[in-house]
Amino acid sequence: MKILTGNDLRSGAVTWWNGNGWSLFVDDAVDVGDDAEEILAREEAARRVNVPYAIEARIDAAGNVRPAHIKDRVRALGPTVRRDLAVPTANKTGWDWVI
Amino acid sequence: MAKDIGTSPDEVQFRFRDDEPVDHGTVTVDACCDQTNATAVRIEPGDDARLLLPFLDRLALVEVNFPSFGDGRGYSAARILREAGYTGELRAVGQVLIDQLSHMRRCGFDSFAPDKRLDEDDAARAFATWVNVYQRAADRRATIADKRHEA
Amino acid sequence: MYKYDQYDQAMVDARVEEFRDQARRRLEGKLTEDQFKPLRLMNGLYLQLHAYMLRVAIPYGTLNARQMEALADIAEKYDRGYGHFTTRQNIQYNWIKLEDAADILADLSKVEMHAIQTSGNCIRNISADHFAGAAADEVVDPRPYAELMRQWSSFHPEFTYLPRKFKIAVIGSETDRAAMRLHDIGIRIVKRDGEVGAQFYAGGGMGRTPMIAPLIRDFVPLDQLITYAEACLRVYNRYGRRDNKYKARIKILVHELGAAEYTRQVEEEFAHMLSVGVEPPLEELARIAAHFELPEPLRRPGPRAGTPLTPERIKNIGVPGQARDGGFEAWALNNTHPHRHPDYVSAVISLKPAGGIPGDATSEQMRVVAKLARHYSFDELRVMHTQNLLLPHVAIADLPALWQALDAAGLGSPNMDTIEDIIACPGLDYCSLANARSIPLAQRISERFAASGRTEVVGELKLKISGCINACGHHHAGHIGILGVDKKGKENFQLSLGGSEAEDVSLAKITGPGFDEDGVIAAVEKVTDVYLATRADGERFLDTYRRIGMEPFKEALYG
Repeated sequence: MKILTGNDLRSGAVTWWNGNGWSLFVDDAVDVGDDAEEILAREEAARRVNVPYAIEARIDAAGNVRPAHIKDRVRALGPTVRRDLAVPTANKTGWDWVI
Repeated sequence: MAKDIGTSPDEVQFRFRDDEPVDHGTVTVDACCDQTNATAVRIEPGDDARLLLPFLDRLALVEVNFPSFGDGRGYSAARILREAGYTGELRAVGQVLIDQLSHMRRCGFDSFAPDKRLDEDDAARAFATWVNVYQRAADRRATIADKRHEA
Repeated sequence: MYKYDQYDQAMVDARVEEFRDQARRRLEGKLTEDQFKPLRLMNGLYLQLHAYMLRVAIPYGTLNARQMEALADIAEKYDRGYGHFTTRQNIQYNWIKLEDAADILADLSKVEMHAIQTSGNCIRNISADHFAGAAADEVVDPRPYAELMRQWSSFHPEFTYLPRKFKIAVIGSETDRAAMRLHDIGIRIVKRDGEVGAQFYAGGGMGRTPMIAPLIRDFVPLDQLITYAEACLRVYNRYGRRDNKYKARIKILVHELGAAEYTRQVEEEFAHMLSVGVEPPLEELARIAAHFELPEPLRRPGPRAGTPLTPERIKNIGVPGQARDGGFEAWALNNTHPHRHPDYVSAVISLKPAGGIPGDATSEQMRVVAKLARHYSFDELRVMHTQNLLLPHVAIADLPALWQALDAAGLGSPNMDTIEDIIACPGLDYCSLANARSIPLAQRISERFAASGRTEVVGELKLKISGCINACGHHHAGHIGILGVDKKGKENFQLSLGGSEAEDVSLAKITGPGFDEDGVIAAVEKVTDVYLATRADGERFLDTYRRIGMEPFKEALYG
């Protein structure tokens, strides 16, 4: 599946497109199919997100959204070396899937 | 005869000169070097501004084009012309943005024809950003070091 | 230390307001991200993996206690209670909000600090020998020249949109502790027949095409220093490549033209510049230099400078028979550097606890260090390019008390220049450019060597890790270098040997095929095994490598 991610313009926080807006939690990300370009252009122009882009992801057996590339998995959760700073609730399934 | 290119006086948004602007187009640096009567020339980023030095006396307008604001070669071109004694109009054209204005002014530009018109208030603020300056440049302002050590 | 006058302060204040206005225009949509990016970068603000990252300049790595406390406060107030010291003697905060950035800059300006030109295609913060003004072997204190260049390079009207970033380092000793020849311009301040001048090296750098800077001028008189630098920059601004971001650094220009031709062009421009008159009055250099005069007690009492502390001397420090932890002696032996005054040393504060994150310090640790600087080092401290801190002027008699305070704060590791003193870039844990994580490797290697007690046995060994080809972790200059790459979506690590950033500068060579994380850690152990088995008396790892070459190491790794 194809999902959208970017950073919040004001706070810089990593965000994920949930179909209506931008969520802090990767598990809220939805498949955008062929609409990626249109949503990205519209949302960036409205400054609801900064430098957004589309990535590949999959849904794992437990229903969690898992970005394909390690870089986006690290973005989803936080630095692997500072697990105390992880995005809250995003790490409910632990860190094994990130690296 | 080379074809006229460049901006017209109508496109100039900011001008810090009292003389009448040149009312015809510019020629390329190559054309300027080949023909003896051109009074207005346009410098592109890759052009060597020093090729114009033999002709400074007859030039009334030099346009320096910034097709991309991130390409800073035009700043050197401007200073080189001023260092060589050029006193005619030096016009920055193309992607001239608010936050480049003060540095361009310091490098000797005295007119500005941005390809998109700039907000007047933002521009006024930008031109006034630096009350003091650290470096000697084409604007010949006394530097901070000069002020520290003036007798 | 240098102190701002009304002009310096006004410049920094003007910059804060300029940036506040730029941020406002971005948030209002008057600036696109493409337009805003170079502006925010020139104020040190990146958009990184998790948030905005702010890099604050620490000019030539020098700061006082109050400034360090302000850095601690910023970490707490606007970030998550810690900061990361970098290989260019700056500090980075990882969790910054754009809407706070101007306020942070305003807080910094209150303590004469800023984030000016800590990124972007402009002249970056000037770095210098971290032992400047203190080292026993110093010929000339480089900091006044670095400060002169800081002022010259700040908001330079002609050199703000260079082909690429531009880094300058200044040293004043034969020994190079600032990776001077791996900078775009490296300057060594020298004395010739009693006259002070500057040697200029140009076109060094790391990144994907590492190059050692050639000497382009052996002696630039002090009253022409800025003029010469301006000529170097103008030739680069006009002729540096702009068609390919990866070939845009000055090293490529110098390489493609050849050092002789680049030098010829600079000399021509220099002759012209001399006639234009861009040099600040020489009294300005004298004014700046006066700020760096050593406090009275530190002025050398006689002809003799300090020498390295010996175990015998360390035993006799302080009150005879005074009880102290055994860790002190190792620390005093390894983490001190000879001072120009024989009763003082420079004391290195390791930010490399075994298993820790290289270069990270908490707000609390920063405050401890600030307090110790005030108490033991004439209110002065330094950031080292090795991502450690140091107190430049510590009385030898104070070392036991200093060490106890450091040890209590987790800052007493006796590991300067050992295999635990790893330089590592933030890597894929923080950086959007990275291909692999650097920090976990550093943690595991330092932990392993500390646990086995091999650190001390191996001695001086500079291990440097970069998480991508941009080489922020200086892997090309490591006695052992590690480069993280992406191999079909998996982290993979290339090992290299034989680099040095010091006066014996050299570029490391790749050993062969890469390894996974466990594999590269085992590989590091194997190469140190080869070293221990073959080293001659007094040889460092690097010396042994240079003597025996790559083959024995390759044999051990791949044979």
